[in-house]
Amino acid sequence: MSEAGVIHDIGYQRYQGPRLGRAALLGALYTHGLRSAFGLGRSAKSKIFPWGVAGIVLLVAVINAGVRSQIGRWLFDYYEFANTMSLLVIFFVAIVAPELVSRDIRSGVLPLYFSRPLRAADYVMAKVAALVTAVWLLLGVPQFVMFLTGAFTTKTGMKGVWHELGLLIPGWGYSLLWALIFTSISLLVASLTGKRAFAAGGIVAVFLMTAPVVGVLSSLPSETAHHLAGLASPIALVNGVEIWLRNRTDLGLDIGDFGPIYGIEAFCLIAACLLLLLARYRKVASL
Amino acid sequence: MTIIATQALTKTYGGGVTALSDLTVEVDEGVIGLVGANGAGKSTFIKIMLGLIAPSSGGVRVFDLDPIAETDKVRARVGYMPENDCLPPDVSASEFVTHVGRLSGLPKVAARERASEALRHVGLYEERYRQIGGYSTGMKQRVKLAQALVHDPDLLLLDEPTNGLDPAGRDAMLTLVHRIGNEFGISVVVCSHLLGEVERICDSLIAIEGGRLLRADRISSMTAASDVLAVEVSEGTDELAARLRDLGFEVTPDGRLLLVPLDSDAAYDRILQAVAELDLPLHRLDQRRHRVAELFTVKETVDV
Repeated sequence: MSEAGVIHDIGYQRYQGPRLGRAALLGALYTHGLRSAFGLGRSAKSKIFPWGVAGIVLLVAVINAGVRSQIGRWLFDYYEFANTMSLLVIFFVAIVAPELVSRDIRSGVLPLYFSRPLRAADYVMAKVAALVTAVWLLLGVPQFVMFLTGAFTTKTGMKGVWHELGLLIPGWGYSLLWALIFTSISLLVASLTGKRAFAAGGIVAVFLMTAPVVGVLSSLPSETAHHLAGLASPIALVNGVEIWLRNRTDLGLDIGDFGPIYGIEAFCLIAACLLLLLARYRKVASL
Repeated sequence: MTIIATQALTKTYGGGVTALSDLTVEVDEGVIGLVGANGAGKSTFIKIMLGLIAPSSGGVRVFDLDPIAETDKVRARVGYMPENDCLPPDVSASEFVTHVGRLSGLPKVAARERASEALRHVGLYEERYRQIGGYSTGMKQRVKLAQALVHDPDLLLLDEPTNGLDPAGRDAMLTLVHRIGNEFGISVVVCSHLLGEVERICDSLIAIEGGRLLRADRISSMTAASDVLAVEVSEGTDELAARLRDLGFEVTPDGRLLLVPLDSDAAYDRILQAVAELDLPLHRLDQRRHRVAELFTVKETVDV
């Protein structure tokens, strides 16, 4: 007879349930990464920054939408919105990328990860996907708010909604390009150090210190140097890609006929950063 | 059942450093002590078993699986507790062990259940909801052990589990390891540079030095028939030694002591009788068990 209120030690139980494969591990790590990007499951302190940035970006979108509903015209369209917010996104990745990778290096938790079925490539993929998603949500959700306003205030009915959607989708694609560039560079920088402050400083430096280089190149007395100046900075690079794809002339950057070069560099930059990141973790994973 | 088998296992690092050379050993289930000085190749051996690094030559099989070719299968059955600090300070033990459990392939709910189960088994109850940063070294070691247990492995690889613990903490940790090996039915490889502490809890012992196998055997066969009697008399030590030699004993003088191997029960009485017949003032008579460490000292001198 067992008495109430007595806790019985039932001893060690073997686990008989299912064991999931590597895809599930990747999913778990991705969800964990995305949650910690926004400080979910962390202390209140670590929620302040990401939600602060997200709040500001959303506020700008709401104001933009309000203006549109009043005067029928955007302050900035989907693309300009992403461009304008880039500075805030820099600060966002400067805080979040070290949170995702430097933290793991600092606490020495990686040997625990890599002694499990997880591989270096899985780890890199999960972290990259988490940060890309986070940055994309940061830009994409406000863009969607803008779309909703546009769709509801349209005067041409369903046709107007389709037209608006036709603008939103490439806008989302453009946000994805921003997300990929920001993620690949910031994760690579953050993976080099376990100190979050250094990582954050390094990330901001890479994005902001390269901007003056563009200025210097643009002031050289050579037409070609002007056209290629934008390649020197990731931000100008993304602008350059937009100018190339949408034939814009109002972004203060003249890329001449070198549009494809911008496209190629953007692709190569992302690929190179991701490969370096993978190489870095291949080395780390062997402990 | 053999759980780990190596065949002429050799690992040479890039700079020409040989971490393991020609290691051939077969290990049965149970608690296994892996003993060697710092840099003897213990950690390299563990990394090879986990499939983290490939051996330069030779082969290793864990549960009759190749850790390089069938990494996932091996790792699903093995839990690893590293030597270094490896816990994030800003999460609770419960959250952390759940997270690592999911990375071992447990579904969400099962991971949570197994995490609190594992933490309970290592002796962390209400504390597990506090942040790890505020834990003592002993509690951190327990969390490290719990994270290795969370996915219910068949083999635990513990790298220096008593590192940094005070004597009471060491005892608690060793008792825990002993329980895991005997009550939970999980084989355990305990790495240590302290022979005295692992020999207490191990069924078998692998001793390596400079990457070479020194000896691998079951503890019982190592210490069998190795009892000695230490005799100390206040005077006439040499006289007694001569007398005992006459009686056919192998006598080893050790300072003021005479060490006499006890090969049978009758030997004890005969020694005592010899002391009485010589009418020597007996100071001490104590039966000791050979410590495994002494076996190695003997063996090494034979080797050289």
